[in-house]
Amino acid sequence: MQCIRVFLIVRKMTLIGDAISHSVLPGIVLAFLITGTRDSVPMLIGAAALGLLTVFLIQLFQSSGVQSDAAIGIVFTSLFATGIVLVSLYTQQIDFDLEHVLYGEIAYTPWNTMTIAGIEAGPKAVWIVGSCFILNLILIFLFFKQFKLVSFDPSLAAAMGIPVLFFHYLLMSLISLTTVASFDSVGSILVVGMLIIPAATAYLLSDRLSLMILVSIGVGVLSSIIGYYSATILDASISGCMVGSAAILFGLAFLFSPSHGLVSLLLKRRKSKESHA
Amino acid sequence: MNQAALKVENLTIAYHKKPVVEDVSFEVPEGNLIGIIGPNGAGKSTLIKGILELIPKISGQITIKGSTYKTMRKSIGYVPQRESVDWDFPTNALDVVMMGRYGHLGWLRRPGKSERQKGMECLEKVGMAEYANRQISQLSGGQQQRIFLARALAQEADIYFMDEPFVGVDAATEKAIIQLLMELKEKGKTVLVVHHDLSTVKEYFDWTMLLNKKVMKIGPTEEVFIPEYLQATYGGRLAILSDTKSGLLLK
Repeated sequence: MQCIRVFLIVRKMTLIGDAISHSVLPGIVLAFLITGTRDSVPMLIGAAALGLLTVFLIQLFQSSGVQSDAAIGIVFTSLFATGIVLVSLYTQQIDFDLEHVLYGEIAYTPWNTMTIAGIEAGPKAVWIVGSCFILNLILIFLFFKQFKLVSFDPSLAAAMGIPVLFFHYLLMSLISLTTVASFDSVGSILVVGMLIIPAATAYLLSDRLSLMILVSIGVGVLSSIIGYYSATILDASISGCMVGSAAILFGLAFLFSPSHGLVSLLLKRRKSKESHA
Repeated sequence: MNQAALKVENLTIAYHKKPVVEDVSFEVPEGNLIGIIGPNGAGKSTLIKGILELIPKISGQITIKGSTYKTMRKSIGYVPQRESVDWDFPTNALDVVMMGRYGHLGWLRRPGKSERQKGMECLEKVGMAEYANRQISQLSGGQQQRIFLARALAQEADIYFMDEPFVGVDAATEKAIIQLLMELKEKGKTVLVVHHDLSTVKEYFDWTMLLNKKVMKIGPTEEVFIPEYLQATYGGRLAILSDTKSGLLLK
């Protein structure tokens, strides 16, 4: 999952990830209303469609002169509001819990299992998140150079004939999918934390894009593990603890990263002062 | 007659319906170093971006060595303005230079040993080989510009478009860059450079284009870079010290 998130950081688009994670709500609700089930596939499709719509609207507003952060704010709050209205209007009697969408509850996921051909196949969420992870991994492995060049220098990419817009929307669809896949477990607010914090931590710790992706995955996994165990010890919200531990890891990297860290910068400054003295 | 390296016919580009480049037509012969000069807002960068199809054009036909732009993409090198990219991007100098090979790799092939080797050669040419593994944010402005130039060399193009390669670089880098551009010219390549510093035009470029929305003049520098045409291009806002040998110009 983490691999896709790194691109949000290096493209300075973390706010768009935030926006997508909220504005997919009406997509989920509409998919639910149309199909009448809480089946994941239509929900993922609905969410991905709304994610793309979000990106498209943001770009439309930006190109017609609205400030970029204002454009993001306008688009995602109005879509999220639409989602909330839809939920409150049509899903009162049905099992569709707004709180569940907002906050998620990873602790229930092991009971929400799936059966394939009559065989118990384990928690559903694991399958969804897992296949999403593999899809991300394959696409990024295949098109790593395109994603990298489009992120770093879109005008050269365009001059070389790489379809910049296609890769932009591909990236955004992957982000929408990933966000929604993780929704069920951690909810739409905390998913943003998992979307940004590990990648930001990796940004402090690595100076190569490929390495940054690996570090980001590592930090994500590590914070999930630490978060899970601290939550069981504290008897607190698991997703809250996960994002919390991701934040702590980020704090450590911010202080102690060998290249960007505050402490190492102070040490360097002192050293250069001493050598000048 | 020799086929033109680049032929532009009736090119018009507009931002928000205001024409920035208006009905521009010109031809550039092969093997020349061409300076594009003109006042701020004259559409110099826009012209380049329009030719490279980075921004939509309203009308116009671009021909490169007699073929359309799309079929000739691999023989075109581009150096965008240095400030147009984020130099905090997590990558090192060699990796940026290797990006110059991506256009030759096609959709799925990944950069490998030969790209790495080519990247190192190009870094050597710009005197940056020892910085190959340096994170790009730790390079000076001049070094970053050299990296961009090395990346353009890695493109192994026949026609190069460079957007203000001399902005914000130190004197040594400027000299190194112009030397490389002259070498490219010697090899029969065509290089178009958006340029600001009027005092170096005569020294650097054998052809000059004077641009202010329209092409005011284009041709050999000694024929074009004369007070009369310059005043027309800059709208009479130039003070020309005619007694200096180099024809030093002040804005």
